Amino acid sequence: MTPLDYAPVLPEVLLLLGACGLMIFDLYVKHEGRGASAVFAQVVLYLCAAATLFVEFGTRAHLYLFNGLFIVDHFANLLKIVCYLAVSAAIVYSRSYLYERGMLRGEFMSLLLFSLLGMMVLISAGSFLTVFLGLELMSLCLYAMVALNRDSATSTEAAMKYFVLGALSSGLLLYGMSMIYGATGTLTITDVAREVARQVGSPADRTLLVFGLVFVVAGLAFKLGVVPFHMWIPDVYHGAPTPVTLIIGSGPKVAAFAMAVRLLVNAMPSLAPDWQQMLALLAILSIALGNITAIAQSNLKRMLAYSAIAHMGFMLLGLLSGYVGDNWNSRNDAYSASLFYMIVYAVMSVGAFGMLIYLSHAGFECENLEDLRGLNRTHPWYAFLMLIIMFSLAGIPPTAGFYAKLAVFQAAVAAGHVWLAVAAVLLSLVGAFYYLRVVKLMYFDDPVAAQPVRPQPVGRLVLSANGLFLLLLGILPQTLMAMCKTAIELL
Amino acid sequence: MLLSLAIWIPIVAGVLVLAVGDRNPWMRWIALAGAVLGFVVTLPLWTGFNAASSAMQFVEFHRWIERFNINYHLGIDGISLLFVLLNSFITILVVIAGWTVIESRTAQYFAAFLIMSGLLNGVFSALDAVLFYVFFEGTLIPMFIIIGIWGGPNRVYAAVKFFLYTLFGSLLMLIAMLYLYNQAGGSFAILDWHKLPLSLSVQIALFFGFLFAFAVKVPMWPVHTWLPDAHTEAPTGGSVVLAAILLKLGAYGFVRFSLPILPDASRYLAFMMVALSLIAIAYIGFVTLVQTDMKRLIAYSSISHMGFVTLGFFVFNALGVEGGLVQMISHGFVSAAMFLCVGVLYDRMHTRMIADYGGVVNTMPKFATLMMVFAMANSGLPATSGFVGEFMVIMGAMKANFWIALVAATIGILGAAYTLWMYKRVIFGVVGNDHVAKLTDLNFREVIVLGVLAIAVLWMGVYPKPFTEVMHSSVNDLMRHIAVPKL
Repeated sequence: MTPLDYAPVLPEVLLLLGACGLMIFDLYVKHEGRGASAVFAQVVLYLCAAATLFVEFGTRAHLYLFNGLFIVDHFANLLKIVCYLAVSAAIVYSRSYLYERGMLRGEFMSLLLFSLLGMMVLISAGSFLTVFLGLELMSLCLYAMVALNRDSATSTEAAMKYFVLGALSSGLLLYGMSMIYGATGTLTITDVAREVARQVGSPADRTLLVFGLVFVVAGLAFKLGVVPFHMWIPDVYHGAPTPVTLIIGSGPKVAAFAMAVRLLVNAMPSLAPDWQQMLALLAILSIALGNITAIAQSNLKRMLAYSAIAHMGFMLLGLLSGYVGDNWNSRNDAYSASLFYMIVYAVMSVGAFGMLIYLSHAGFECENLEDLRGLNRTHPWYAFLMLIIMFSLAGIPPTAGFYAKLAVFQAAVAAGHVWLAVAAVLLSLVGAFYYLRVVKLMYFDDPVAAQPVRPQPVGRLVLSANGLFLLLLGILPQTLMAMCKTAIELL
Repeated sequence: MLLSLAIWIPIVAGVLVLAVGDRNPWMRWIALAGAVLGFVVTLPLWTGFNAASSAMQFVEFHRWIERFNINYHLGIDGISLLFVLLNSFITILVVIAGWTVIESRTAQYFAAFLIMSGLLNGVFSALDAVLFYVFFEGTLIPMFIIIGIWGGPNRVYAAVKFFLYTLFGSLLMLIAMLYLYNQAGGSFAILDWHKLPLSLSVQIALFFGFLFAFAVKVPMWPVHTWLPDAHTEAPTGGSVVLAAILLKLGAYGFVRFSLPILPDASRYLAFMMVALSLIAIAYIGFVTLVQTDMKRLIAYSSISHMGFVTLGFFVFNALGVEGGLVQMISHGFVSAAMFLCVGVLYDRMHTRMIADYGGVVNTMPKFATLMMVFAMANSGLPATSGFVGEFMVIMGAMKANFWIALVAATIGILGAAYTLWMYKRVIFGVVGNDHVAKLTDLNFREVIVLGVLAIAVLWMGVYPKPFTEVMHSSVNDLMRHIAVPKL
């Protein structure tokens, strides 16, 4: 291989170098000057983004590298860009927050970058080995970040739970993968797909494959946080420092979605009738439990955690509608609907948690519903942004969330799952109630005590862009939808 | 282009009002300019409309979301034309009516109304189902905020109830639309759906999908319970828009979706729709009679009046449908005026209870005169707009079935009973208390608003031809279309 052949992994290489560089750089800055580390991390991110764009436009559409261990395609590049943006926004939002709480240490930034590297490897994984490698790199960094606030009991508890359950889910995933390896004799996703297609006809082989598949799906469900593998989500979202919650709720979810696509759609399309059934059950349970339980929460972070569970259920509606009546006619529509949903969800999630971070300041943690009371009186612009985010989460037009729901419902109806769609729609009505409650608190109630907001011009700008993007996407969703469709077509 | 202007001018004006903020002295004038300009651009729709044609006119077509073949497709026919005009017209009155009355967060108040006005024009002119849905649902957000911020004491309950009730209906409609999209081979064009053959069982399932959305909006008995709460708690402007325009969305949906797309199911289930309409007219009529709160009384009377509209639609003849449409326009004027009248009293006395008034005619003679016109129209007195619609509906019902007509006509008397009885208790008699004695009569702004509405009500009552002639060919075309089974 010539050096040029390695060009498609340029973003990952740059990120690795950047993350290592940041660790060294951080030794030379004092605590007061930690802002410089954040700037360093941002620069690394922009370089990676530029490299990814270079790869996207500069190379062929679909590349297998390192003997098929690593895939570069539109799908991977699109999701990587989403992850960069999410992490970049996370750094902007959380800088002052972490600084005031003494958590802006160099470890945070480098852990964040290493975790991002894990996400990218996961997104581009072409083999079970790289899937696992990326997954563990991402998760291990996240465990440490959850425990960043080491004096807080809830954070430590959350980190412990996250670690134990994360390890368990990795174990399940590995177990499933080993079964499939046993059946197919290969770890490379394309080869697995070929072998599975060959063996699926014989009942004996099929049993083994489906047995492995069950464990793989369980492992995926853990990472996506769907019922009944959701138990860690509320505690971790609640216990982690809000910036870490923001990160967990965006990038890793996108990466987990990519993992689901690689493992189910790419590796085991022949078993689609089996995994679609499993996903249907997971989806409807998640939508039901997430939406109903969220009503009872008074803590916003917990509420958003349950809302995340519900949203992952909606996302699965697309993933389970690709293979219908012995053909793949609706494959592109269904999977691109899920992809679109995932991206829109990441934007909404970053915005919602970003708002919570932004409204917190030294000695005040904005995390209860009550803390938003009367926001329209005190800070009308933030109230408006939050209004957009909430209506988008609820799926009310003209916001991006509506088209995301429209796309997955369309996929479900086209696949003949009309009753699934009706149930999901009715449960999304239940969901609308708790999002409305947030709007009600902000707009209809009087403020208790006006909390000052620290002036952060950059944060304000990014937050505004984040909120308005949802509105813009709600008016002109075509571009992103077309990108999602191309990404899936060339998968 | 005109339709786009009718939609976007109010929305842009609304954003502008938000941007200049509460303290800017020009804020109200920008709002008024937006509303007036929004109405002015709809006038060429009226003058340039070809009443002889039943086709969609002033059509605009742009690709919007190619991924789902969703288009920005606008157009109006004789059925929707009048609603665009009515909506733009009422918006001006709402802005004037709220001129000094609203004291807190005034800019947000005007902005919400202007944006909603644009969205409503969008609902009436959308020819693409998703575009329709986006506008249809989009109206929920400003209305939710209008009720919740500027409403009465129980406003939060009313706002949430309003939102969830209407969202429930709309979501089922969304599934029905997605089903039709797949059946039509990937098209959201409403006019394509009109031609789509569907089996009876599918039609019935879809009919119920649409029914929930539209019945909640109309509202029909028994899903009407959000309306009295929302109306009572909303500020005057909110009640006006709610009664005059938002309620029309549901009925409009029946004419645009249910009847032409699902004619066989409509026919099959007509008995149910007629029964629900008669229950609304009769049962709600009695409920109205015993109300002690004026706004609640008018809200219930709206439900009862909308019962005539749905009755007219489901007797399946041109007279009934046209009567229903005329009744909708008339109700738009009359209910708007009635709520404005209550608003006039409320602004002075801060109570809506009938018992707190009495003998208002002694202190407010101009007001009493104007309100009498509207009370008469609400009762359906000949020479007012209220008579024309109800009469046409009853005639239409007579053609279909004598007994339906008999029941509807007999119960219609309740309308006179509750309106005039309220009018008598509030306006006539000796001065009830000191507060009434201190009332001041209408100011210039209020005279303009109510006067314009009084002219409209009388004009439509005496000479309804300009209103009915634009809808003839569209309605006849609709009747011809639904006479052919689609099975």
